[in-house]
Amino acid sequence: MDYALQQLVNGLTLGMIYGLIALGYTMVYGIIGMINFAHGDVFMIGAFISLISFILLGMGGITAVPIALVLVLAIAMCFTALYGFAVERVAYRPLRGSFRLAPLISAIGMSIFLQNFVQVAQGARVKPLEPVVTGGIVLMEGGTFTVTISAMQIIIILTTLVVLTIFTLIVARTPLGRAMRACEQDQRMAKLLGIDVDRTISLTFVIGAALAAVAGMMYLLYYGVIDFFIGFVAGVKAFTAAVLGGIGSLPGAVLGGLLIGLIETFWSAYFSVQYKDVAAFSILALTLLFMPSGLLGRHDVEKV
Amino acid sequence: MFRRTLVAAAAAGALIAGTGAAEAQIRIATAGPMTGQYAAFGAQMRAGAEQAIADINAAGGVLGQQLALEIGDDACDPRQAVSVANNLASRRVQFVAGHFCSGSSIPASKVYAEEGILQISPASTNPRFTDEGGWNTFRVCGRDDQQGLIAGNFIARTFPGQRVAILHDNSAYGKGLADEVKKNMNAAGLQETIYQAYVAGERDYSALVSRLQQANIQVVYFGGYHTESGLIVRQMRERGLNAVAIGADALVTNEYWQITGPAGEGTLMTFSSDPRRRPTAAEVVAKFRAKNVDPEGYVLYTYAAIQVWAEAAKKAGTTNPQRVAQEMKASGPWQTVLGPISFDAKGDVTVPDYVFYVWRNGAYSEM
Repeated sequence: MDYALQQLVNGLTLGMIYGLIALGYTMVYGIIGMINFAHGDVFMIGAFISLISFILLGMGGITAVPIALVLVLAIAMCFTALYGFAVERVAYRPLRGSFRLAPLISAIGMSIFLQNFVQVAQGARVKPLEPVVTGGIVLMEGGTFTVTISAMQIIIILTTLVVLTIFTLIVARTPLGRAMRACEQDQRMAKLLGIDVDRTISLTFVIGAALAAVAGMMYLLYYGVIDFFIGFVAGVKAFTAAVLGGIGSLPGAVLGGLLIGLIETFWSAYFSVQYKDVAAFSILALTLLFMPSGLLGRHDVEKV
Repeated sequence: MFRRTLVAAAAAGALIAGTGAAEAQIRIATAGPMTGQYAAFGAQMRAGAEQAIADINAAGGVLGQQLALEIGDDACDPRQAVSVANNLASRRVQFVAGHFCSGSSIPASKVYAEEGILQISPASTNPRFTDEGGWNTFRVCGRDDQQGLIAGNFIARTFPGQRVAILHDNSAYGKGLADEVKKNMNAAGLQETIYQAYVAGERDYSALVSRLQQANIQVVYFGGYHTESGLIVRQMRERGLNAVAIGADALVTNEYWQITGPAGEGTLMTFSSDPRRRPTAAEVVAKFRAKNVDPEGYVLYTYAAIQVWAEAAKKAGTTNPQRVAQEMKASGPWQTVLGPISFDAKGDVTVPDYVFYVWRNGAYSEM
């Protein structure tokens, strides 16, 4: 029982990280119906910017943990958002209105470019960060097995929930959210009604990248080691999470992330560690068989 | 997954970075993970090869001809290794000092055998490399069955009756090693509690760590590379699991400590007795240090692989790979920075020497 509880904590954290990255995929898909394959790499860039900021702050003498965390988060979100903006401007906007596969291929190219850019600029070696947030809470003191949740795990779970709430509200309640939903339904009609479609799409990418920065920073703090390749595996998992939850749906992204994280963890805990991905992807296939638009997706999705 | 294929295809196109060669030169190559998560080892190989070639050329080259170096990047991916091998063959390379990962060396060796290229791996320790290899496969490092024998016996002797977990990453190297350790440990009277494969390239091993914790594991053996082993050790310590960590020659890089930080304290690993301290290496080590390169891990092994080939080619009076291969097995011992090396009929070194190393305060030293 205590063992299962510990694995539940592990799975929840992993799932929340997947969910946080999946939010970016799902937002971009929701508005322009395109899978932004470079999102995983924007996430990787967010992690690198966070690492550089931590090192610079450390050199500048700012070592109080809460202040450093907030500052790094702000810096990482700003700079990564710039990357998101540039990616959309350079790789996607010129192809809008082109045939459907064009932006997809452009996204794959962007992903390779960003990976290699970071590899050349930062080196191929792994980059470590000294633990910043330490400590934790003992949930259950068993005879042989102690169930703990670390401070970092609590931060990750809370951050994902807060971010999800904020962005759900933005999409549902603000003028920007209304413009986004209008673009999603019919870009031409939205334009006729006076919505600046280009600006709305740009902002979506900026927000998506800022979300990726949050995820990148959490990832860096939790695992403590990053390299230029982390965007690939994390991106594939997060994309899967977005599809499982129903691509285009924000709560769906987090729900999908959670499910994948939990399935992977519990499969590793009770069966074979090496087949955990098989388990996760089998559940995905089964779900899509019976619910083609994902758990919380709408039915009108036809775009690829 | 198709994105991965695209990435691999694109990378393969841009792989072979030639250093430019005039026609009178002999082309030789080193191939290994120049990019990707094991790039630290590729850098070691490259450093060793560049220095060896510079030294041989300065001393007049081989048979009056200068050597030119080609670099192949397989990223430790078996498929990419085959395309690198084909690419090197099309550039009429005579000899390859590589690859690094056993999983790459084995498929690449088939291509080299067909194309008439001699291969000496500085690092691939999986027995299959030379067991299944043809006329052209050699290595200047030991074999996993030798390494596994020492590690298995050591664990059984040092931790009798304790709860041992053997983990591996399912690679040719990692699984081969784990199986050897298991076999020898069992033969010496100790049964493992957990034998488990993990997925390479992941970051989150919390589920695995909790599983080890649940089983009260006291000793963990890693058949795998430093990136995953390092992360698992780090996550073990973060969760308060203080089992002894034991690895093998793939942890011999300072990058291991970068990943683990202080959590890596006390990690044990098997590797040949430090080649940097051998008297035969003193002069070369000084040259590396002068250039601010630490000739750690496989730097000197790659250097030695090229030395052996050059010496054998001189003795055979030709660079014809088949003739050089025959000469390498027939004659010897060859004088290298690692000391004198002789090869048996399979192409393995006759006297491998594995010893235990321990990580302390960010550096490793012989136990």
